[in-house]
Amino acid sequence: MEKLVVSQSPHLHSKESVPKIMYFVIIALLPAWIFSLYLFRLEALKVTIVSITSAVIVEWLIAKYLLKKKPTIWDGSAILTGLLLAMNYPSTLPIWIIIVGSIAAIGIGKMSFGGLGQNIFNPAIFGRVFLLVSFPAQMTHWPLPISLRTPDQISGATVLGIMKEGLKNGETVSQLMDKIPSGMQMFYGVMGGSIGEMSALLLIIGGLFLLFRKIITWHIPVSILGTVFIFTGILWLINPEQYANPVFHLLTGGLILGAIFMATDYVSSPMSNSGKLVYGALIGIIVVLIRVWGSYPEGVSFAILLMNAFVPLIDRAFKPKLFGKVKKAKA
Amino acid sequence: MFRTFPKGGVHPPEYKISADKKIKTLDVPEQVVVLLNQNLGAPSKALVNKKDKVKVGQKIAEAGGFVSSNIHSPVSGTVLKIDNIIDTSGYKKSAIVINVEGDEWEESIDKSDEIKTEINLSSEEIIDKIKEMGIVGMGGATFPTHVKLSIPKGNTCEYLIINGVECEPFLTSDHRLMLEKGEELIVGVRILMKALKVEKAYIGIERNKPDAIEYLSELCQNTTEDIEVVPLKVKYPQGGEKQLIKAITKREVPSGGLPIHVGVVVQNVGTTLAVYEAVQKNKPLIDRIVTVTGDKVENSGNFLVRIGTSIDKLIEAVGGIPEDTGKIINGGPMMGKAMKISNVPVTKGTSGIVLLSESKSHREEIMPCIKCSRCVNVCPQGLEPYLLMDISKKKMWEEAEKQNNLDCIECGSCSFICPSNRPLLDYIRYGKQNVTALRRSRVKK
Repeated sequence: MEKLVVSQSPHLHSKESVPKIMYFVIIALLPAWIFSLYLFRLEALKVTIVSITSAVIVEWLIAKYLLKKKPTIWDGSAILTGLLLAMNYPSTLPIWIIIVGSIAAIGIGKMSFGGLGQNIFNPAIFGRVFLLVSFPAQMTHWPLPISLRTPDQISGATVLGIMKEGLKNGETVSQLMDKIPSGMQMFYGVMGGSIGEMSALLLIIGGLFLLFRKIITWHIPVSILGTVFIFTGILWLINPEQYANPVFHLLTGGLILGAIFMATDYVSSPMSNSGKLVYGALIGIIVVLIRVWGSYPEGVSFAILLMNAFVPLIDRAFKPKLFGKVKKAKA
Repeated sequence: MFRTFPKGGVHPPEYKISADKKIKTLDVPEQVVVLLNQNLGAPSKALVNKKDKVKVGQKIAEAGGFVSSNIHSPVSGTVLKIDNIIDTSGYKKSAIVINVEGDEWEESIDKSDEIKTEINLSSEEIIDKIKEMGIVGMGGATFPTHVKLSIPKGNTCEYLIINGVECEPFLTSDHRLMLEKGEELIVGVRILMKALKVEKAYIGIERNKPDAIEYLSELCQNTTEDIEVVPLKVKYPQGGEKQLIKAITKREVPSGGLPIHVGVVVQNVGTTLAVYEAVQKNKPLIDRIVTVTGDKVENSGNFLVRIGTSIDKLIEAVGGIPEDTGKIINGGPMMGKAMKISNVPVTKGTSGIVLLSESKSHREEIMPCIKCSRCVNVCPQGLEPYLLMDISKKKMWEEAEKQNNLDCIECGSCSFICPSNRPLLDYIRYGKQNVTALRRSRVKK
């Protein structure tokens, strides 16, 4: 018999591991992604493969040659970032831009901060915003699903885009609602937009899977969606011709994708449940502010990026409740 | 709905493979090693010398302070020496080594099987008897029982809670005790209730022991005292006294405080049985029930063994160390201590020996913290283990104190759940040691 192992307690370990978590999130995204293959066919496949491969290669190169550390691409985090980036891209995005996006996301958004666990910003959001600001034309060229394309019209504005432009031009909400897909169509996902933001239904199914598997908790998605719903609901009640209804807001602009899959990124989100609720609520508020009064039709990426910066402060202010907390005696 | 503590907790696999094994009395060995420190607090002082003859139950060491306990000989024979012997920690500690001759007991001890139900001593006399007989907490903490029963001024005890939870995987000694010594146990509960002058007692049992719950509930119907069996949800660490108190009474022991500050005293079932034997039978603490088990141990069992017996003898009783054993744990797998050698004596706090196979004995590669907050969600004390580890790494002891590092009960739920295999508890313990030292240095000033 070999020498006995002597280490500190506990001597048992659960089955939790980092790769397991990453791969569960990838699985949760699959229904929505497969649907995007149905809508955008080879274009979606190309975008996804280029995005994931370049993300993994960038991480491997930086780890091995710049940081001179053992690359840990097997942990699945770079693959996940690549997939999330792809879900946020228009299906016609040129390959070279996708590669730049991966360099930005992994190189700046993750590795420059120290690699896994150290980044302040969600790398996928960072990469996306970087591209949005650097290549606004290509990044807002939204192709219609292949089935909806005609020889004269390949792309169209997103639903939010149509709403924003229309309202700016003085049209009323009810006039605009005729131009856009119905609520049910948006829920099932047949409209123009990024490959990932299409089907609310499939994204929610993925989200429920993650909840059931205890990969995410309900706090962030519910507080984001709840806040957006309430805020836009109040505006809509005040003036339904000036402000679109809250369900419309929930189903558009990649809000559900962002609320379930992006804002819940562990590294860039708060640790305590109370902190998560505050984080989600503030993201929701910023999303609505940008959508209604900002220049961009869509604000989810910016809202998340902004709130990422506040997470260390949120973690300081919102701590879990101590067992047996002694209330300070009044002086 | 079964009661539980609301915050934190994990669900390790139960492995209760020895739950059906009746308690077997292990033969008295040829030599015992009685360690002189078998309690939390000050070590005891030897009263015997080389070549002295002793009988079973004879006092051989006395308390070395207020928070200390008497130790009695578990065997009859001749004292070989008082020497330094390696204990569970791997370090040498002072012990009395006795060569066994026969099995002669002190005359005052009642060895009969008769269950004595009448309690003739007064409250104060009970506590004195418990002190004299060397009873300490047998759940593993070994806190001197008479100290716990002496309510400090300014506090009142409202409830007694008996801890029959046994939430550690593998361990079943308490389970068997409740099934096989249930009647004696209930008398012990009544004795403690009298000592504490309380009107109500609870017995907390996890619901993976339905036979014990049923049996003890039946026995409680026949007592005049108000004793209530409370079945609890199976969740680790339900057996931690703070968590047990919260689950049963909804009261939270204040941070840095004691159960008595919320009017509760908690005692393990093993301790309660020892109290019965001490008060009703004049029998000091000289033996205890130990589970010997493991994931590859086919003949696991629960053994009544004399204090001081070598753990080697216990392992022999289940067929020896299995071929691919990686770790030998003294205690349960969540909070027990991995031993360097197995020739270590049984003490008053030895609740179990777990032989873990090689494949389960090694830690996985450490990865960076991914801030997943699982450790925060499972901590039953509401702490932030990832933060405490970071603070300990940076040796920021004042900050550790501020972040309530000392509140950690060392249950191990955080390290258990961490997907990155980070040694959270290792660092938190390190922090506890240093914060305690920091506080001591302040008092000195």
